[in-house]
Amino acid sequence: MKRALPLILIAAAAALPWAVQGTGAAHLVRAGGIIGLYMILGLGLNFTLGYVGLFDLGFIAFYGIGAYTAAILAGLGFAPPLTIALAVLSAVLVRFLLGLTILRLRGDYLAVVTMGFGEISRLIINNLDAVTNGPKGLQVPPLRFFGISLSENIYYYYLIMAVVLLSIAASRRLENSRIGRAWVAIREDEIAAGLSGIAVGRLKLLAFCLSAAFAGLGGAIFAYWEQFVTPESFVFWESILVVSIVVLGGMGSVSGVLLGALILSGCPVIMQAVLSPEWINYRYLFFGFILLLVILFRPQGILPSRRREAELLNESS
Amino acid sequence: MSSPQALGPILELKELHCVYGKKIRALKGVSLEVCLGEIVALIGNNGAGKTTMMRAIAGQLKPEQGTVNFSGRSIGGMPAHEIVRLGVCLVPEGRRIFPRLSVMENLEMGAYARPRADFKQEYEHVFGLFPVLGERRRQLGGTLSGGEQQMLAIGRAMMAAPKLLMLDEPSMGLAPVIVDKVFETISRINKEGVTIFLVEQNAKRALAAASRAYVMETGQIVLSGSASVLADNPSIKKAYLGLQ
Repeated sequence: MKRALPLILIAAAAALPWAVQGTGAAHLVRAGGIIGLYMILGLGLNFTLGYVGLFDLGFIAFYGIGAYTAAILAGLGFAPPLTIALAVLSAVLVRFLLGLTILRLRGDYLAVVTMGFGEISRLIINNLDAVTNGPKGLQVPPLRFFGISLSENIYYYYLIMAVVLLSIAASRRLENSRIGRAWVAIREDEIAAGLSGIAVGRLKLLAFCLSAAFAGLGGAIFAYWEQFVTPESFVFWESILVVSIVVLGGMGSVSGVLLGALILSGCPVIMQAVLSPEWINYRYLFFGFILLLVILFRPQGILPSRRREAELLNESS
Repeated sequence: MSSPQALGPILELKELHCVYGKKIRALKGVSLEVCLGEIVALIGNNGAGKTTMMRAIAGQLKPEQGTVNFSGRSIGGMPAHEIVRLGVCLVPEGRRIFPRLSVMENLEMGAYARPRADFKQEYEHVFGLFPVLGERRRQLGGTLSGGEQQMLAIGRAMMAAPKLLMLDEPSMGLAPVIVDKVFETISRINKEGVTIFLVEQNAKRALAAASRAYVMETGQIVLSGSASVLADNPSIKKAYLGLQ
């Protein structure tokens, strides 16, 4: 049963667009795609926050860099596979340069600097009118493959699902590798890791860059799907949301992060449907309440990784 | 028997100065030598600068001034992981094993700097030194007893196949029986050809195990010589061995 569960879930996700086709629930395909994008972001951030324990409050900046790179290049007439590759590359490159300078910081200091970087990136995008068209945003032509223009939600739903599966595979593979265990060793005791011969700085940078690759990829897909990008999509709140997804689900746990993304990014959709108009403005209140409950009663996350669970149980005993 | 000193120094500190922040001078011009195949002990009170010296050699602290040579090569200021690669391993004070990695994974991390291999022989070697680790190979490091954790910390360092093994307070917080075992293993490792440099507050134990020793006070070496001679030195007896 345990082995079959992932397959059942994948099959269910794949069948969703067909099941809701033509019904009143057709908007779920779009919601599913958005949840998928958050899954990609969550799994990306999980490399740094989950495995290495680096706090990052400006992660959405790299989603934005990916989205804007794709948008600008598409506007210049570049073809999609190339624009997406360059979007990933530019997110990784910026992340690399940032990491070189700030990764010696730890804990709260790192969180503050990344938060600053996130805001600065957004302000640059907002003010660099000549390149980004400022707050008015940029139009993006829809994805075209082999002469077919893809603008329906359903195409993006499957594209995003494929990328989510790829992210899961990459996460699982790395988690059970020597590198993955070295990341955990760094999280547990940086000094001992260095003394064991682990190149701490280099491995942190690797995790840092890898997480940006996922953000950049997600951002590029987002830009093509929306056919429009504005700085509004990359605000501080989004960074917080991605951090919450990882913390709520369980840091370092792939299935936890997926569930976290489903709950937190699915929440607004559910509340929109369930809550009456006069309550809808309170949705962030409910959202905060849910987070609070999880932190109080399940600090290790809903589906914690085995290691993290051991960590928190030891601390409380 | 030829004296190990005839083989020349493997580790050499010259006029080493280390500073914490801007003001606290922890090492004030320390010079010492450890020769190939020796067991050398460094004894001294709390705050004498023993751990600082270990940290400076292992690459955790940049010396402000002076040189650290290992096998004739200057290693002062190199990053820790590169120093491990050259064959200098420090078993840090307080053990610092990875509590949420299993015993096997802890050992695997010890071999991280070496080229990829399956390290089967190395694991067997460590389990030979510490059979209890073999019995608990799947257990998480944090669930081991203090003595077992010290064994794991030494085992982890051995996975890097060190030429020079440094131990910072290996007896700290351990029951006397376990301390015996740890020191037994240290001399066994030494007989396999690994040079040992150890820091101890337990001066009696350290002087019994070592061939030579240095005594440190407030950032300086104040005495040095053969361990047995130092053990008979009246001022050492009084200050460190608790004898009148």
